[in-house]
Amino acid sequence: MQLTGAEVVVRCLQEEGVEHLFGYPGGAVLFLYDELYKQDKVKHVLVRHEQAALHAADAYARSTNKVGVALVTSGPGVTNAITGIATAFMDSIPMVVLTGQVPTHAIGEDAFQECDTVGITRPCVKHNFLVKDIKDLAVTIKKAFYIAATGRPGPVVVDIPKDITAQKVEFDYPSSIAMRSYNPVVKGHTGQIKKAVKLLLDAERPMIYTGGGVILGDAAPELTQLVKLLGYPCTNTLMGLGGFPATDPHFLGMLGMHGNYEANMAMQNCDVLLAVGARFDDRVIGNPKHFCEQPRQIIHIDIDPASIAKRVKVDVPVVGNVREVLRELIRQIEAARSSTKGEALKAWWAQIEEWRSRDCLKYDRTSDVIKPQFVIETLYRITKGDAFVTSDVGQHQMWAAQFYKFNKPRRWINSGGLGTMGVGLPYAMGVQMAHPKATVACVTGEASIQMCIQELSTCKQYRLPIKVLTLNNRYMGMVRQWQEFFHGNRYAESYMNALPDFVKLAEAYGHIGIRVEKPSDVEPAIKEAFSRKKDLVFLDFITDQKENVFPMVPGGKGLSEMILV
Amino acid sequence: MRHIISILLENEAGALSRVAGLFSARGYNIESLTVAPTEDETLSRMTIVTSGSDEVIEQINKQLNKLVDVVKVVDLSEGEHIERELMLVKVRAVGKDREEMKRMADIFRGRIIDVTDVDYTIELTGPGSKLNAFLKAIDPTAILETVRTGASGIGRGDRVLKV
Repeated sequence: MQLTGAEVVVRCLQEEGVEHLFGYPGGAVLFLYDELYKQDKVKHVLVRHEQAALHAADAYARSTNKVGVALVTSGPGVTNAITGIATAFMDSIPMVVLTGQVPTHAIGEDAFQECDTVGITRPCVKHNFLVKDIKDLAVTIKKAFYIAATGRPGPVVVDIPKDITAQKVEFDYPSSIAMRSYNPVVKGHTGQIKKAVKLLLDAERPMIYTGGGVILGDAAPELTQLVKLLGYPCTNTLMGLGGFPATDPHFLGMLGMHGNYEANMAMQNCDVLLAVGARFDDRVIGNPKHFCEQPRQIIHIDIDPASIAKRVKVDVPVVGNVREVLRELIRQIEAARSSTKGEALKAWWAQIEEWRSRDCLKYDRTSDVIKPQFVIETLYRITKGDAFVTSDVGQHQMWAAQFYKFNKPRRWINSGGLGTMGVGLPYAMGVQMAHPKATVACVTGEASIQMCIQELSTCKQYRLPIKVLTLNNRYMGMVRQWQEFFHGNRYAESYMNALPDFVKLAEAYGHIGIRVEKPSDVEPAIKEAFSRKKDLVFLDFITDQKENVFPMVPGGKGLSEMILV
Repeated sequence: MRHIISILLENEAGALSRVAGLFSARGYNIESLTVAPTEDETLSRMTIVTSGSDEVIEQINKQLNKLVDVVKVVDLSEGEHIERELMLVKVRAVGKDREEMKRMADIFRGRIIDVTDVDYTIELTGPGSKLNAFLKAIDPTAILETVRTGASGIGRGDRVLKV
């Protein structure tokens, strides 16, 4: 049967099982919107700014294991979407982004709302396509979903000129696809895994360090099994939280710039390090020279060979899907005749417990102003550790990561790589769309929330009962913290002057707003908010203005050179 | 160290910019880059001359392999290989210099492919060092214009880069 290009796109989305599409209409995508209007399988979610469409689709993907899908128009629709695309790219999130383009005959003529989408997005996508012939449309969309979801995932842009959406073609959606230039590795090299097993079993001071790859690769059960089988300590990166249960005694907390003392010390002092789906980035290991001064053997499992030996030398690289590799690793360990080094391990754990007793996350619990850490602890208690928590970027993000104990993967949704302020609320929208009955909390700050505040309107339209917890310290807190530590207390432009009344603002959008000013009101307010199952509640916590995030590894310093409280 | 990297990539619009963009985005050097379709017109063959430490070259290889349009990557410098570059030089050729210029072209096995009464255009092929040597050997004030293709490379013997 002959279908128009627009019909083809919608049929492709249906074939891929897409249930939600986040977008914003415009001239170049009118035929597409017309087709979306005529069906009800793919539900379109109308945002208030294209950036939010991308973030919402991104969080939809992060909280499920599906590909997130967004649709924006040409020109400004695309440029507004760039931040969202780059955010997803840095954290390897599978997304397909459909963008409208001016008609093929007008491309290159500086037409109204024209931009070089393929050129602009090229550095921040896994791949992108411009569809120049309607005959290529369906197969291109198939490729886009395939590339986005396989190997190291990432966003793929498909740019579709308006005339293509109006032309007709015989529809044929391929059931599978093969590309000679794209063949991601799945299974790890058995010989390499054998070497890894030997190193691991011979370790006297072992450490297991895991990142977002464990979450994206759905390998949390395998990781948990491995850690318990070996009895070794485990730490997660910011992106890896939930990959291993945070309440398990083998867990040393998050590592890195604001990581736990015990995690960073164990990382620095171990003799064998197993890195899984992590990339030794600057916020995780600090200065790589300092990190490498300490001799240790490193085993690195990652699906992306380019992530291996990029910042530190690796002794045993294993390229493959982390779940497949971990399964093989567990199989070989169980079959191995030798066991772990009991005595040495006992001493290592004693050392770790000593580090742990430093209680690096302590804070003043007697304060008569609200401590931000206390808000997160209370949130954790009241939601029984079972909420989806999204965050923006800054101090509140670090406190949420430190104080909310994630026992399950895909529950902690934040922008780790790009560090995009403004993601929190649209992330919560994407999560709530994917999990309509789940408890979704957005932990944010008064600066970050204002970067996508317009989405309160989207939340009203779709009745999303998100709970927004704003840690309002009247500062861009992380900027202020750096200015206090490294710029002589000169708080250049980091004070948030002329803040809106967030309670009234929430009410203006048709939601409920509650301001909380006393520590004793924190728990009742959070309870009240979460008891309202159908409402979005905006909690504005007036917190300690000068609270800092500890521990802290200053930029350029070594992982064990922490500033402690 | 200098490396010469050969790439087979899909002959599609934008493939070249993906490679060039990768080099600029990650701060890798490009000494020269040359590309043209192969006998299979769905594929292009690219030769990039670059330099960097072993770690950087390893990353370049890995990052190139990651590009979806790239089918195969080979670092020719890892084995025996041949490099050739084509240069066209327009030189002033008047009076007694005219005969001298012809002689120099012959010595370097160049060919004069265009002649006027005041200049020659010489075609010269070889490794880059030979082309440099020619430019050094002739009177620099006689050079009117040069154009070079950048190096193309191929493995020696049975080293074949093919899909």
